[in-house]
Amino acid sequence: MRVNLTVNGRPRTADDVWPGESLLYVLRERLGLPGAKNACEQGECGSCTIRLDGDLVCACLVAAGSAEGAEVTTVEGLAEEDARLAPVQRAFIDAGAVQCGFCTPGLLMATDELLARDPHPADADIREALSGNLCRCTGYESILGAVRLAAERAAADRAAAEGGA
Amino acid sequence: MGITPAPDALRQDTAAPGGVGASAERPDAVGKVTGAFAYSSDLWHEDMLWGHTLRSPHPHARITGLDVSAALAVPGVHAVLTHEDLPAATHYGLEFTDQPVLARDIVRHEGEPVALVAADHPETARRAADRIRVSWQELPAVLDEASATARDAPVLHPGRTDHHAAHVPHPNIVHRQPVVRGDVARAAAGADVIVSGAYEVGMQDQAFLGPESGLAVPAEDGGIDLHIATQWLHVDHRQLAPVLGLPPERVRLTLAGVGGAFGAREDLSMQAHACLLALRTGRPVKMVYNRYESFFGHVHRHPARLTYEHGATRDGKLTHVKARIVLDGGAYASSSPAVVGNAASLGLGPYEVPHSDVEAIALYTNNPPCGAMRGFGAVQACFAYEAQMDKLAAALGMDPVELRQRNTMSQGSTMPTGQVVDAPAPVAELLRLVRARPLPPARQWETPDGTDVRALPGGLSNTTHGEGVVRGVGYAVGIKNVGFSEGFDDYSTARVRLEVTGGEPVATVHTAMAEVGQGGVTVHAQIARTELGVTRVALLPADTRVGSAGSTSASRQTYMTGGAVKNTCEAVRAEVLRLGRERGLLDTRAERLAGGKVVGRDGEVLAALADILGGEAIDLELEFRHRPTQPFDRVTGQGAGHVQYSFCAHRAVVEVDTELGLVKVVELAAAQDVGKAVNPQAVVGQIHGGAVQGLGLAVLEEIVVGDDGRVRNPSFTDYLIPTVLDTPDMPVDVLELADEHAPYGLRGVGEAPTLSATPAIVAAIRRATGRALHRVPVRPEHLTAPDGSRAG
Amino acid sequence: MDFLRPAGWQEALAAKAAHPDAVPLAGGTDLMVELNFDRRRPERLLDLGRIRELYEWETSPDGVRLGASVPFRDLVGPLRARLPGLARAAHTVGSPQIRNRGSVGGNLGTASPAGDAHPALLAAGARVEAASLRGTRMIRVEDFFTGPKRNALAPDELIRAVHVDAARGPQEFAKVGTRNAMVIAVCAFALALHPHARTIRTGIGSAAPTPLRAREAEDFLTGVLDEGGHWEHGRPVPPAAARRFAELAAAACAPLDDVRGSAAYRRHAIKVLARRTLHWTWTAHTSRTGREGEASCA
Repeated sequence: MRVNLTVNGRPRTADDVWPGESLLYVLRERLGLPGAKNACEQGECGSCTIRLDGDLVCACLVAAGSAEGAEVTTVEGLAEEDARLAPVQRAFIDAGAVQCGFCTPGLLMATDELLARDPHPADADIREALSGNLCRCTGYESILGAVRLAAERAAADRAAAEGGA
Repeated sequence: MGITPAPDALRQDTAAPGGVGASAERPDAVGKVTGAFAYSSDLWHEDMLWGHTLRSPHPHARITGLDVSAALAVPGVHAVLTHEDLPAATHYGLEFTDQPVLARDIVRHEGEPVALVAADHPETARRAADRIRVSWQELPAVLDEASATARDAPVLHPGRTDHHAAHVPHPNIVHRQPVVRGDVARAAAGADVIVSGAYEVGMQDQAFLGPESGLAVPAEDGGIDLHIATQWLHVDHRQLAPVLGLPPERVRLTLAGVGGAFGAREDLSMQAHACLLALRTGRPVKMVYNRYESFFGHVHRHPARLTYEHGATRDGKLTHVKARIVLDGGAYASSSPAVVGNAASLGLGPYEVPHSDVEAIALYTNNPPCGAMRGFGAVQACFAYEAQMDKLAAALGMDPVELRQRNTMSQGSTMPTGQVVDAPAPVAELLRLVRARPLPPARQWETPDGTDVRALPGGLSNTTHGEGVVRGVGYAVGIKNVGFSEGFDDYSTARVRLEVTGGEPVATVHTAMAEVGQGGVTVHAQIARTELGVTRVALLPADTRVGSAGSTSASRQTYMTGGAVKNTCEAVRAEVLRLGRERGLLDTRAERLAGGKVVGRDGEVLAALADILGGEAIDLELEFRHRPTQPFDRVTGQGAGHVQYSFCAHRAVVEVDTELGLVKVVELAAAQDVGKAVNPQAVVGQIHGGAVQGLGLAVLEEIVVGDDGRVRNPSFTDYLIPTVLDTPDMPVDVLELADEHAPYGLRGVGEAPTLSATPAIVAAIRRATGRALHRVPVRPEHLTAPDGSRAG
Repeated sequence: MDFLRPAGWQEALAAKAAHPDAVPLAGGTDLMVELNFDRRRPERLLDLGRIRELYEWETSPDGVRLGASVPFRDLVGPLRARLPGLARAAHTVGSPQIRNRGSVGGNLGTASPAGDAHPALLAAGARVEAASLRGTRMIRVEDFFTGPKRNALAPDELIRAVHVDAARGPQEFAKVGTRNAMVIAVCAFALALHPHARTIRTGIGSAAPTPLRAREAEDFLTGVLDEGGHWEHGRPVPPAAARRFAELAAAACAPLDDVRGSAAYRRHAIKVLARRTLHWTWTAHTSRTGREGEASCA
């Protein structure tokens, strides 16, 4: 079957999709977007986290056919148009939150969603928001540090903008 | 976190930004946060086919018939391979060549590969595999020591020819290593207190997130190019070429992005299978395991049964230790012999023990094969000997940290193997550091807004609002060897090229080191900057065009391939200076390279690199070795078997819901000596990550194998690794006491924190509950059973 | 495999009538795992994702008519005050990603004994609105579960909505899992006080072949509260009665030993949770009605 959707702002079409395929497979194997990862394919690790019509979801649990007409954002769509890193991406690098990096795309998507919703999350709220994303390398400490760093920088930017206004 | 400064004499020049000692940024970081970094499962090739593996449903069975014709008839299927189709060698293995590429007549564990399919879509391949008809005759399985070593036990590998075959007491014992020192019987007679215990460690999985995967591309020369996630390209290569029946130079491996390893990528998984399918079909073949298959696709941490006897005088000095460690190696040897060597030689912990008698064995059984996992034989022993130290302290009425500190080893101590420790061993200091930290505040779930269940055992599942919750604090310390031991010729190779391009000096570093997430590539760039005084460092992809870098395991890569990069850089620098003198541009004041210049002792500029090199490049490839080690004596275990020791201590604070048996780890404080923090941020990341894998073993993680030899929980739904809501705050103290034998004085970091985290957490749970707890992972049942002291 | 994608509810019912073997697909959080791991290969998938009304809810004084596909996220959020027990349960489902897709209707369709919504629905009081081309019928939730992963739907029926009674008293839900997030229940217990009817109701998950109510425990406690005049004076439940209630709740279980926990532990844990949730709900009830002060003065 054919699936039409919008990915990172661009209309895309996948052909010859087997009806049992997940959106994750279509993104990775048919649309050349392997940023969403395939760690468990059972919704238990969050490595394939994307936005589907704005919602944070595991792409492995979305049937490709269900995504017909949907708006999808993947980690490939986080950076600015001019390839400048998004603040959450920069913060993950600076805080040392990237080791093997297989969990990183999913965590970036979850962090991006969290900070959009709650610019000053308490630690317990960060933990709850990221509890669907497994990491096996870092022990999560540096990831918490990255989220705090991104939030602090955003707050500093807002303060600077207000000061300058 | 605190980093204790090193003495000035040991400070290296870190003038070059991003050099040794800086928390330099990972060279792969931008690719990893944008999705551009290509992991082995991300690879794609025009015209590629998908490989799929048919596996045994039985733990021990004879194949009496195998018919692939129906599978071959499925449209879209390009090849189906069985043992009959193997072109050359039929077996491989890390230490023994005992593992079939595809099962011939016997399968020895559930999940053993039997046949392969290549098809145009994964679903086509799966449906075709369903149509392969296998006739099975189930055989009696051996699943533990008693059944494996019974007189009439089925011998799993008859006619063994490996190097341990001659000295093992039973053919189902892979390897046996005793370590005997002094006179235990006499020492026991002089002990005031003797405690003994039996302990058990469940089968842990590495649970890396990036599943086994790779892409094999047939080459025009009849050879193969394999893009693969592995821990050691050259050991894969050594096993692959004979199986493919190709000359070594026509088998080329390139490292693809690796999504974690932790020991699970030391053995081959799909490497040979993808190559065989690619060579048969003439098409690129991609193979990607799903999580279910991954649990059958790699070895696990050996489950272990351990019995210990510790004796001490009334004032708390150890008199002797007796230990027996039985490791279940499963169906194939993998790295079991080396795991046995570690368990035996490190089995008493970082303590001075005047008289000891240790025996460690690994079994062949029909359980899943076990091999390398972070901590490698030292993890199991650490759980047991640290439990014993607490038990001994209780018997003596002594504080458990105080008892440990009275017995800790230090520089100059003699190991049970007779090896004298000739580098700093600040074990007592590490214990002091974790104990000196303030304890986290009590009852953190009580907030101005009411009860925050997220701070309680059970978390969001809302099982307690404080009822039944008791806090406990526990301590543990461990010892891990760094590098390959027992006389192994352990070396790493680095090729370094220095040239001036566009007026700027550039170093190019090429090694075959597997970057699995640890940050070795960052360290290589840092070393090149420091040694060659350059800003720009190019890192070439790891592949088999350069010499072996050895394995990314045994906490060895910063020491070994880092050491190799340093070593080659030094040779390149010497060549620059030689050239400079030869060309009359330098005199004897020339010492080092900095900022693209040759400088003297006080940094005075003597010549520009561009003037010395002109358009030439210096390009060297050299091997680097650590000090040689000795094999352990087969009878006494004596021998200087290890290169370097690594130590970490933990203090765990837990809160236990004593009625439901649920545990929350509130804080896990670590102190570790790293010799030299080449990249402090990466060092702390290793300590955190290693500790959380130890936390997983303490309270969550176990591959449950039924008494029928079948795995009960091969999925992330039932094999639970810690989430961010399960991990505590983890303050870290880092000591930097240089080991003068190692590059920059550094000490391997990655594994030691995995050892001590587990026993520290279990000690804390014992304090909270009063239960004996002889087994990990600790389950709610163990904390609530009416007769909990004997649970597990 | 066919992928059916009806644009509206009538079209969905027609498709289900024409293809009773079609497997409904909403959030996909259960079904896609089975597809990904090659455990299930239905002839047809019936994707309900385009049917907007399944994602909507209506409230009335009697309760909430919850569209079958309303994600758990909305229970944790906007519906929390009206359906506190179900909200608690929804908050323990999987992860934020799963709660954005999974739904009560999906939980009911799968009918796993471990479904997190079930105990809360049983305790609160709920009816499943099942529809087909033949018409619509209401199934009491306690009659809905017919076996492990089996439910009372006819082959041509789909779940349109779930009608959950409005909470008129405190409700609690507690679930034992060995991990603090993303965990399937080892066992779960829900308790709801219904002061207007002077009854209490319970729900047990993962401790029997189906989710169930602990009827004897409910009857016992309802009797104790009634006879002791507790609804009037608000005094604490006598400890012996609370213990007996917990024992009866545990006795209602018919658990199995499996990889997630032993039968003995499940029984034990249900007993602990029953006692605790009773204490929490009764304390909340008496403090809400201001009777706690009276009780302590007495």
